[in-house]
Amino acid sequence: MIDRRDASLSLSFLTVSFVSLLIGAIAGLLQTFVRSGAFELPFSIGYYQLLTAHGVLLALIFTTFFILGFLYAGISKTMGTLYDVPRRTGWLGFVMMTFGTILATVFILLNKATVLYTFYAPLQASPWFYVALVHVVVGSWLCAFSMWNQYYIWKSRTKNKLSPLFSYMAVMTMTLWFVATLGLAATVLLQFIPWSIGWVEKIDILISRTLFWYFGHPLVYFWLLPAYMCWYVVIPKIIGGKIFSDALARLSFVLFLLFSIPVGFHHQLLEPGIAHTWKFFQVVLTFMVIVPSLMTAFSMFAVFETAGRKKGTKGLFTWIKVLPWGDVRFFAPMMGMLIFIPAGAGGIINASHQLNQVIHNTLWVTGHFHLTVASTVALTFFGIGYWLIPHLTGRTLTSRMNKLGIVQTILWTVGMTIMSGAMHAVGLFGAPRRTSYTTYTGHPQAIDWIPYQIAMAIGGTILFLAIILLMYIVWFLAFKAPIGITEFPIGEVEEGALSTPAVLENWKLWVGISGALILIAYTIPFWHMIQHAPPGSPGYKFW
Amino acid sequence: MHIHKYEKIWLWAGAACLTLFLLIVGVSAFAMGDQPPSHMETIDPEKVVVTAPFDKPGLTRVGEKQYEAVMLAQAFTYTPSKMSVPKGSTVHFKVTSTDVVHGFEIPATNVNMMVTPGYVSKISYTFKKPGKYLILCNEYCGAGHQVMAVTLEVTA
Repeated sequence: MIDRRDASLSLSFLTVSFVSLLIGAIAGLLQTFVRSGAFELPFSIGYYQLLTAHGVLLALIFTTFFILGFLYAGISKTMGTLYDVPRRTGWLGFVMMTFGTILATVFILLNKATVLYTFYAPLQASPWFYVALVHVVVGSWLCAFSMWNQYYIWKSRTKNKLSPLFSYMAVMTMTLWFVATLGLAATVLLQFIPWSIGWVEKIDILISRTLFWYFGHPLVYFWLLPAYMCWYVVIPKIIGGKIFSDALARLSFVLFLLFSIPVGFHHQLLEPGIAHTWKFFQVVLTFMVIVPSLMTAFSMFAVFETAGRKKGTKGLFTWIKVLPWGDVRFFAPMMGMLIFIPAGAGGIINASHQLNQVIHNTLWVTGHFHLTVASTVALTFFGIGYWLIPHLTGRTLTSRMNKLGIVQTILWTVGMTIMSGAMHAVGLFGAPRRTSYTTYTGHPQAIDWIPYQIAMAIGGTILFLAIILLMYIVWFLAFKAPIGITEFPIGEVEEGALSTPAVLENWKLWVGISGALILIAYTIPFWHMIQHAPPGSPGYKFW
Repeated sequence: MHIHKYEKIWLWAGAACLTLFLLIVGVSAFAMGDQPPSHMETIDPEKVVVTAPFDKPGLTRVGEKQYEAVMLAQAFTYTPSKMSVPKGSTVHFKVTSTDVVHGFEIPATNVNMMVTPGYVSKISYTFKKPGKYLILCNEYCGAGHQVMAVTLEVTA
């Protein structure tokens, strides 16, 4: 059991996270209904208003709050109780972020910020929406500073050469987040806020889009890395195995820091104003990020096989049978891992220089990130929640809740397969994403898309049932489960593994290389955007 | 650093696949000219309708089975709204926005690009089959985004 004060910090983050998940899921369910053509929204609620709420609350709020709650708990577990300054800074971050979240949600629900979670200029939301985003980001920076501070104090007090793997990964995740969010902060503070208040008349659209996507791609690795932390550190313990290699786990996190940020152009492959050679260069760098994912895949299956073999299995694949399939702490993240195989393949397609032309801004993309963030990451987070919540509240994960968790995981996997499968298919036929119900005045092509959109609504309904079940389990584990002890599983490293090179903890080196790569990938095209900029755009409110 | 033999094989095989993918993408881009639309021409987004050629949007025949379509994307339609070319024609689309960011997509073809205010977007396509081709906006541009579409007729 970790320190009570640390547990309440962690639980506070998890609470906001799950509340956001519920509201965002309701918005998601309604959207799939509207899009199928079977349903119209009452009280003049707009489809795009719901879409904004869904995107902001799930992609930005649910994920970030869950991650911070998980990282704080794991840091307290592996480096010991938080020191006073890091804990206080963490609370300050929490308060700022929660204030920002409430402010943003209110303005979205008032229909003052129907700009979707990408808020592309020159659509102009209320200045309060951008102010709210600044609070969320700056609050999360305070959390990053607080975790780095804890790590620094721990290192200097314990004189330990090597930090615990979980804490190392937490520090790396927050470093990636900080470097990436600099781009978001720059566009919001220097461009959106002065322009939406009216201090300046015009905004440079290409620069704002480029700064957004400088942040927008590493954002997906910010979601993924905590899931990898669960896979690398937690899962080996749950299945009765050992961590394959501490050094390789750290190396894969270093590679994510280096290669996830200088790749934003692959989201801008189809827009004017960026030379195609620079686009291609960032496509190459994007493919580099696949290497640490391949390392992770190898490590995980190596852990599964060695754990299975220790239980005495002999055949080529019989070790699969002895994995703890009935344990939701393993089953939910494992489903996430399996889904990551097609999800990752889809990502390679999206980032390819020409294939992007076929799927750009179609429902295929929506299908893709519902497999990555809404399945791989979300299922792993659910799997973490099932033991982390009772661990923090001093209760037990009962066998009935474990069974319900398995049912929840199956519902989620089935619902997502139907919804995301339909999205991928209809996206290939050209159905656009982020679009309300339409047949384009009865065009035969658009009419052919409707059955797939009905399938999306069916999948969405199953997913919503899974969310309701999740909410029940989480509520029960937090308030009703019997008092007792639930373990925070932290794996140990395989005995034969070699020691970890000290260079992996040389932060100046890795942040320096990361900065150099960013400068190489962005300086010249960015300079060009400034030198050859068209006159800016005034704001528009088309909703 | 020690890396397990099987992991080395796995990583080399993976890296070889990625290199092969990138080679295919690179050869297609640089040797065969299959580049994504990356036109660099700029325009004042508030003066589009008085700037040539966008002051007279429309379809012009520029050669044997060659057409230039000068188009405006604006919330929530495209101008011109009706175009017709004979089968086998190549249409060179030249599009810009008068207001927000729009998309420009013809489903079931490779025509797909972003239309950013302040920039001119260009793409060409040869229409081999007759029919009414849907041109739609695939980037959220406001409350009427879902109606933003026009058709291009390819006659037999």
